[in-house]
Amino acid sequence: MTQAEIGDYFLAHEMTTKPVTTNGEPRAPRSRTRRRPRFGRGVVLVLAAMYFLIPLYAALDFSLKNIQGHFSLSPLTQIAAQPGFAAAVGLSFRLSVVTLVIEMLLMVPTVIYVHLRLPRFRRIMEVITILPIVIPPIVLILGVLQAVRPYQWISSSPYLLAVVYVVLAMPFVYRSLDSGLGALDLKTLVEASRSLGSGWISTMWRVLVPNLRTALLSASVLTLALVFGEFTMAQLDLWTTVPVWIYNSSSNNPHVVTAVAMMFLIAMWLVLTIIVSLDRTHRRGKGQSN
Amino acid sequence: MTSNDVLDTDRSVKALATTTAGAPVLLDGLSRVYGATRALDQFSLDVHPGEFVALLGPSGCGKTTALRMVAGFDRPDTGQILVDGVDVSRVPAQKRDMGMVFQSYSLFPNMSARDNVAFGLRLRHQRSGLRRQRASELLELVGLAEHTAKYPHQLSGGQQQRVALARALAIEPRVLLLDEPLSALDAKVRAELRDQIRALQQRLAITTLFVTHDQEEALSMADRVCVMSRGRVEQIASPAELYAQPSTAFVAEFVGVSSRVPVNRHGDQGDHVELFSRDVAIRGDAPAANAGPLDALLRPEDVTVRVDESGAGVVQHRSFLGATSRLEVGFADVVIKTDVRSSDAELFELGTRVTLDLAAHDVLVTPRRMPSVQG
Amino acid sequence: MAFTSSLDTASSPRGVEGRATPSGGSFLRSVRTFVPVVPFLLYVTLGLGIPTYIIATLAFQTRAGQFTWHNIKVITSGGQYLLGFETSIKLAFVTAVIPGVVGTILAYAIAQSSHEAFKRVIAAASGVLANFGGVNLAFMFVASLGPAGIATAWLSHLHLNPYNHGWTLYKFTGVALVYIYFQVPLMVLIITPALNGLRAQWREAASNLGASKWQYWRYVGVPVLTPPVLGSMFLLFGSGFSAYATAEALTGGTFALTPIQIGSILQGNVISGQENVGYALGLGMIVILLISVVAYALLQRRTSKWLRA
Repeated sequence: MTQAEIGDYFLAHEMTTKPVTTNGEPRAPRSRTRRRPRFGRGVVLVLAAMYFLIPLYAALDFSLKNIQGHFSLSPLTQIAAQPGFAAAVGLSFRLSVVTLVIEMLLMVPTVIYVHLRLPRFRRIMEVITILPIVIPPIVLILGVLQAVRPYQWISSSPYLLAVVYVVLAMPFVYRSLDSGLGALDLKTLVEASRSLGSGWISTMWRVLVPNLRTALLSASVLTLALVFGEFTMAQLDLWTTVPVWIYNSSSNNPHVVTAVAMMFLIAMWLVLTIIVSLDRTHRRGKGQSN
Repeated sequence: MTSNDVLDTDRSVKALATTTAGAPVLLDGLSRVYGATRALDQFSLDVHPGEFVALLGPSGCGKTTALRMVAGFDRPDTGQILVDGVDVSRVPAQKRDMGMVFQSYSLFPNMSARDNVAFGLRLRHQRSGLRRQRASELLELVGLAEHTAKYPHQLSGGQQQRVALARALAIEPRVLLLDEPLSALDAKVRAELRDQIRALQQRLAITTLFVTHDQEEALSMADRVCVMSRGRVEQIASPAELYAQPSTAFVAEFVGVSSRVPVNRHGDQGDHVELFSRDVAIRGDAPAANAGPLDALLRPEDVTVRVDESGAGVVQHRSFLGATSRLEVGFADVVIKTDVRSSDAELFELGTRVTLDLAAHDVLVTPRRMPSVQG
Repeated sequence: MAFTSSLDTASSPRGVEGRATPSGGSFLRSVRTFVPVVPFLLYVTLGLGIPTYIIATLAFQTRAGQFTWHNIKVITSGGQYLLGFETSIKLAFVTAVIPGVVGTILAYAIAQSSHEAFKRVIAAASGVLANFGGVNLAFMFVASLGPAGIATAWLSHLHLNPYNHGWTLYKFTGVALVYIYFQVPLMVLIITPALNGLRAQWREAASNLGASKWQYWRYVGVPVLTPPVLGSMFLLFGSGFSAYATAEALTGGTFALTPIQIGSILQGNVISGQENVGYALGLGMIVILLISVVAYALLQRRTSKWLRA
């Protein structure tokens, strides 16, 4: 999903950078006595809340009905029993893992190295990692399918998707890592570690990765969201991941299928909220990272 | 500086018109409470026309709160603000006719330096040709004649603050308010701007309120300094008087260097103490008889020192400060700082026994502080 | 007395621009410093570069491999493909401008709040909604505003059933409504940093110089916010233009949008003689998206100069 990538690109930055403060000193609370702005603001927020919550409520309502149209929890219990659901979840899960592994192995050392030794290359990397937004999944899959057509062993493997997902994820993975590294005094950390006798791999694993926890976490969560939500390429590459399964099964039992869709939505909301608030409290209590 | 420079700035100064002459400002009993914090507590200050008053104190002492109240960005819970005899407490900020310079980042990023300075004039519907001219003159006054077309992101911190100053002066304010304008700048730039701001202020004779936490800044720039702590006034005096005659312990320790020495009361009325084997009067009001043990606060120049094998003090540390050298003398479980001429400093090797004596005729006392780690 | 400072000429507005790469030395040495980024470059070439190259070349080839303008002609000279482009662009435009404005207002309302917990919840919510998988979103809307949807039923009770008045979820306005649902949170996410960059000092300084609220917005607020808002709208345009899953899941592939048409071709619905038209469509999309992203990047440069100075 392209808008997901763009959204994640900005979310990644938001999740890994410190909140902006105006001056150094703590600001006195707003002392304006005018009440008018608050009223207008409230109206805006309420209207917006209505627009966003009503479809959510409607969908939730729909998903908790059985075939007769009465309220029932049966759709929830039927989820696991739906044909192909377990397989789809399994596939999506395996793809996530593979995508994450490739992504981390590829991006983490590269971004660290660039920060350390090739600062000018950062600009190029920024541009490169924006490119997937210019070449969206629907177009990318067009080229990819043609490119792998001669190679049966690749084109018949579902992990081809994982390989391409890494590209889709690049914008926000890079942004996360870039922000996370920017907050560290990388050079000092590395020099200190190396001077104490640690090799490169050990340094990366024992020193840098722990300090990049937030960035890695947000990149991973967003990747997970990407893989479990990516429909376009999976459908056209003819693999039944969760979104494809939902689409294909929609006529079977629409209530159950909608229940699945809502389940994933709520799960993602919970995870993201936890991440964002954990992250803020973690940063507040952490102080200096050195 | 050439004579041309003098002529040019004279013209610029004249261009500002003499309506800029300062107005008197009276802050009367201002109080402000935020939740559980008392930001200002019956704060009063009387600023004379054309006077430069510094509000000096540590973070949280209320100095910025007071300034923002004068500007109109905050409303006092009680008290009044009178400018030229008129109560402005209910007047909205945009109508108060005051110029303000903020700590940083206050220039409008989408406007050039010249447009920033001309902004206030534009709001007052001055014709564009006239505005540009005035803005250019003001920028010339602050030494940025070649930078009028530059945008804020193209200017250094010091340059930005100078533009901010020109912008504040453009509207010919009755009062000039400066909220730690130099705090975000490098030390060197800070020192230069300090002199230049003061010189300009004196030239234009605008009533000025200057907030800072840097005592050096306050002492070197102001006609009078108002030292604040926890929302209250500690002392309002000229820099010299503040330094030589601190009236409270807070001022003595915040402004300049001071040493604490435990002393015992002396005399029938309890208004003398015994220090260095002498009977010394207490400066100001003596604390009540049952106020507990006392410390005396001494400036380095209040104390004299001479080598004496049977002296009660021992030299513990010596630092070379240029013309003078500072000695730290251990005496009765405390450390007293005093200065000697560097040419005499070699007499005071570490470990030398010395006798201390008081050079002042009275001494400031304060309730004794329990032994702490710091000297 | 002139205000001059020896520091003026020496000082630079910004900090130092990062350390320079190891300069001098042999050519081999500078090549060697690039070695560790080779895996990354290789991956990008394989994963992004080659597919793009293939699209770009096949767009100009017949099935047999000969150069031709035929594919391009097919998509640009009337007929369903041109219609697809038109609809896609219209849809992307509408779902960029409306959410652009609404999103900015919403983001501003949120940013003004002083409750930190509230902002955190909203941040997570925006992230989630913007990430909303096309399929899930489509189904949610079908469940609410489809012909048998819950919200439709509510509206029916109020005698306002849109389907009775000729509206349907499965055509332009319906699809746009669904797109807006994820475009607005996306806009909130994108524009919030810029809104946070609006310094309180600007408002206060303006006020101090005599400006009313409207004058502040007119002379400072709006001019400063225009580049980021415009830039974000370009990004939103790109997002709306390239979306496939939502429309596909919603309309079952029946709505004539360029991404849907590409999907259709990939699934085998192609007229003989027009096998490579899909690649031409893809190339067309890339060109349009490139323009969008470049516009965004240019406006972003202006934004970062002003909102971080």
